[in-house]
Amino acid sequence: MLILTCPCCGVAAEETELQPGGEAHLKRVGPGGSDDEFEAYLFARKNPKGVHFERWRHAYGCGKWFLAARCTATLQVFGTYKAQTPHPPAEIVEKIREARPDWQPDWSAE
Amino acid sequence: MTHTPPFRLSSGGRLIDRAWQVPFRFDGRHLKGLTGDTIASALLANGQMLMGRSFKYHRPRGPLASGAEEPNALLGLGQGGRFEPNQRATTTALTQGMVLRPQNCWPSLDADIGAINNWLAPLLPAGFYYKTFIQPRPFWKHLFEPVIRRSAGLGRAPTEADPDRYEQAYGFADVVVVGGGIAGLEAAREAAEGGATVLVLEQSPVWGGRTPTDHPGGQGAIDALLADLRARKNVTLRRNTMATGLYDHGYLIAREALADHDPNQGIPRQRLWRIRAGHVIAATGALERPLSFACNDVPGVMLASAVRDFIADYGVAPGRRIVVVTNNDDAYRTAIIAKRAGLDVPAIIDARHNPAGALPDEARALGITVLGGTGIAKVKGHRHVEAVVTCAYHGEGAPLQTIDCDVVAMSGGWSPVVHLYSHCGGKLTWDEAGAMFRPDPDRPPLGPDGKGNVTCLGAASGNLTCAGDLEHPEAPIMPVWVMPARAPYKLRAKMWLDFQNDVKVTDVELAAREGYASVEHTKRYTTLGMATDQGKVSNINGLAVLSGTLDQPIAATGTTTFRPPYTPLTLATIAAEAKAEAFQPLRKSPMHSWHEAHGASFEPIGQWRRPYAYLQGTEDRHAAVHREILAVRRGVGTLDASTLGKIVVKGPDAGRFLDMLYTNMMSNLGIGKCRYGLMCNENGFLMDDGVVARLAEDTWLCHTTTGGADRIHGHMEDWLQCEWWDWKVYTANLTEQYAQVAVAGPQARTLLERLGGSIDLSPEALPYMQWAEGDLAGISARIFRISFSGELSFEIAVPSNRGLELWERLHQAGQDLGITPYGTEAMHVMRAEKGFIMIGDETDGTIIPQDLGLEWAISKKKADYIGKRAQSRLHMKDGNRWKLVGLESLDGRVIPDGAHAVAEGTNANGQRKVQGRVTSSYHSPTLDRPIAMGLVHHGPARMGQVLDFPIPGGGVMKARIVDPVFYDREGSRLHG
Repeated sequence: MLILTCPCCGVAAEETELQPGGEAHLKRVGPGGSDDEFEAYLFARKNPKGVHFERWRHAYGCGKWFLAARCTATLQVFGTYKAQTPHPPAEIVEKIREARPDWQPDWSAE
Repeated sequence: MTHTPPFRLSSGGRLIDRAWQVPFRFDGRHLKGLTGDTIASALLANGQMLMGRSFKYHRPRGPLASGAEEPNALLGLGQGGRFEPNQRATTTALTQGMVLRPQNCWPSLDADIGAINNWLAPLLPAGFYYKTFIQPRPFWKHLFEPVIRRSAGLGRAPTEADPDRYEQAYGFADVVVVGGGIAGLEAAREAAEGGATVLVLEQSPVWGGRTPTDHPGGQGAIDALLADLRARKNVTLRRNTMATGLYDHGYLIAREALADHDPNQGIPRQRLWRIRAGHVIAATGALERPLSFACNDVPGVMLASAVRDFIADYGVAPGRRIVVVTNNDDAYRTAIIAKRAGLDVPAIIDARHNPAGALPDEARALGITVLGGTGIAKVKGHRHVEAVVTCAYHGEGAPLQTIDCDVVAMSGGWSPVVHLYSHCGGKLTWDEAGAMFRPDPDRPPLGPDGKGNVTCLGAASGNLTCAGDLEHPEAPIMPVWVMPARAPYKLRAKMWLDFQNDVKVTDVELAAREGYASVEHTKRYTTLGMATDQGKVSNINGLAVLSGTLDQPIAATGTTTFRPPYTPLTLATIAAEAKAEAFQPLRKSPMHSWHEAHGASFEPIGQWRRPYAYLQGTEDRHAAVHREILAVRRGVGTLDASTLGKIVVKGPDAGRFLDMLYTNMMSNLGIGKCRYGLMCNENGFLMDDGVVARLAEDTWLCHTTTGGADRIHGHMEDWLQCEWWDWKVYTANLTEQYAQVAVAGPQARTLLERLGGSIDLSPEALPYMQWAEGDLAGISARIFRISFSGELSFEIAVPSNRGLELWERLHQAGQDLGITPYGTEAMHVMRAEKGFIMIGDETDGTIIPQDLGLEWAISKKKADYIGKRAQSRLHMKDGNRWKLVGLESLDGRVIPDGAHAVAEGTNANGQRKVQGRVTSSYHSPTLDRPIAMGLVHHGPARMGQVLDFPIPGGGVMKARIVDPVFYDREGSRLHG
């Protein structure tokens, strides 16, 4: 059972306090999107053995959604950060690199 | 039985108190043990070696071990609601008046009919069931499976409720030490000296592990450590506490036995600990392995350490003439202790060529014969060991000599208890010299910080000399997997690897030959290490044999996955207080007590309890629902609608937000008006519905279904926090802040006007789908002119603490109007008469609003809403879907809810094709005939056609496709 620290209220929360929300940083595809884009948005989820970015809600706490960077294989938590970010922030990327020097971000910096 | 009591030695037994006798019953016989005995030691003291039957062949079995790894001596314990199957005789303390029942035997332990399987053993190899019961196919379901099922399963489940109390507790510590032996206690002291909070868990009632038994001066060292730890404020010591599983991020589950010995004390019997450990130190020791020689399962063949424990700890001689067979020095301790206790030790049979060193020397000095380079060819005896036949270890089993004995103490070496370390991902490494899998300190399970959070210490780390018995340095072990080394098939077919499940060396060899090269596959094919064993006794020997057959190193074979729990937890312990009324919280409306006092028969809806109907006199639910509906249609009724979700959405962007959330437009709703809205998920499917009221320029009130309030509020927050986080919108779930009453029926307005107040309820001032607020009967109220029943209807929301008062005032004022409380079932039937859909009846997570003829509630003007893109997919709009219609039974019977309409032909699986199904079906009291709604392929285009509905139990019901609105199609009552 994981422990994740809610970046909103600062509580180190047990997994039973949290509601999982799947992959983070999805970009919504609305009525203008093609079938392929919409399918990818709705169904195609990453399932890496390693670094993963996830959505969690502190459901039995402050009620806020937040994001977590975590290794799915070792359960190491690289950090949690607020949900209102389009990409993982620099300090999270740095922490991942410390532990996984070979890891490469799969988004382009804006 | 060949040997004679007493088996209680005249001296020794560090754990027993000879002053206190404990009477108990075993298999109908009255016996006596001593305080401090386990069931196993008490039975052995009474000369009862036979304690069970094996699972498959029903072979007679005595105890193998003296601890938690015991595979054979599993008993049924207690009576009635306190009966527990599969209790280990070796770890369960003997208590006054205990009633014990042997398992897996009938009619009795001595005369077991199932033992016939033993003679059939050559016909029942690994995979026998898989191979034999395949053809002919129907025989499996009707003949083989029922017969096999009856003989399957270990022990019998109790049939009565458990009368005892159990509880859960949470624990937190910087360091949790599992294992109260010398390694654990020393580690605890070290951690405590550094200032950490330390929790030490010991599975048994006594501290010290093997140290006091195995090492001179051991007890003194343990006592000194305990005294030190007890004096420290930052250390907690907990005995009788078994750590059963270690999970992610140092989450440790442990079971503490509080009153197993006396359930009548009034305290909880067991406590389930849920512990968060900063760091776990697994000082869990090691388990001794059996040796694989022919007939190593005959009662009297035991682990050398177990023989030693029974003598030293309980003052019990498992036998009088004890032969020791070993591949390591440690087993010599058993010979030495037995000899010093006055028992005969005719020989130590050692596979190693030239046993030398302190322990062999000490044994020889006591006059014990040591036979080097020797093995056991076979054990003689059926229900009890009578003799062993020796052979050259490196040979094929040619007999050398026969040695009479009644116990064989065997040791194949020791395996570290790596279960906790492995449960959450710690990796093992094969230690060739030590012939064991030991934890790899470089690949431990990780905590959230990415650092190892479990450390194995002492024997659990592979350091078998941790107790510091420096006087007796041990010579190296010699790995022995089959004895003798070149044993022929006839001998190998009698060598047991897994005693509980009857898996022999030849079964594993067969599995390997048949292609089960993976250790995980072999385990499942042969059942090696399944059930309660979980790799404790059988694991290493089994995979060594598998490796030998595959001709590969043990390291290449690897080990099966160790899974929690280490020892079984009872369901009562896991459930603890969370049962019956405390299973989950109950939500009650402010009027709940009134409902209870007026005959309400409740139904659960989520965590709420809502009145299904109010029973009067002797009427049943069906009659009550019938009466309630007619009362509403003819006069007036009240429904407690307090459980409906009420979410306020407020802010400059609230209208824009609701336009995205609902399929229809909410931003253009006038203040004071109500609108029915549909909510879909991003996949396009309908997830909730309800009436939205605009309260002010920037404020809307969204009603949701009873079960949907929390979910929909979460859904809103998800989109606001994670997608449109720059929109200025606030939401508040006010479901429990308001009591709400639906007042429905032609007399509804008359009734409300009698209550008095400031609100004009006339049709002109408050028409359908509008709301007003003010004073009603002296209570601040908001009145919505909305209807789910199809009648003239007002839904009145008041502060929760005034809800009961309002309800009672309504009923006082409406006496002469025949006011009737109605429940959820009357509500369901009335909405179906009116053709209104119900989330969960007409929808099931795969239904889009268009399927239900709700196109009128989908905005064509909006560029976007949640679900819009999904609803433009081909299959959503190609017109080829099942759509909502009404169904009219032709013969006056109510069609079963969920019945399918069949079509011509069959599908690829040979099943009849279907073209629709019933989603709601009732007898309508208003119309006095059955009504139903359903989803039918191209339904609305097929009005008047008749469909066939096969019904359970045979027969077909016919129904005509009709309009789904059965009652007041023009809506004159609703608008009244």
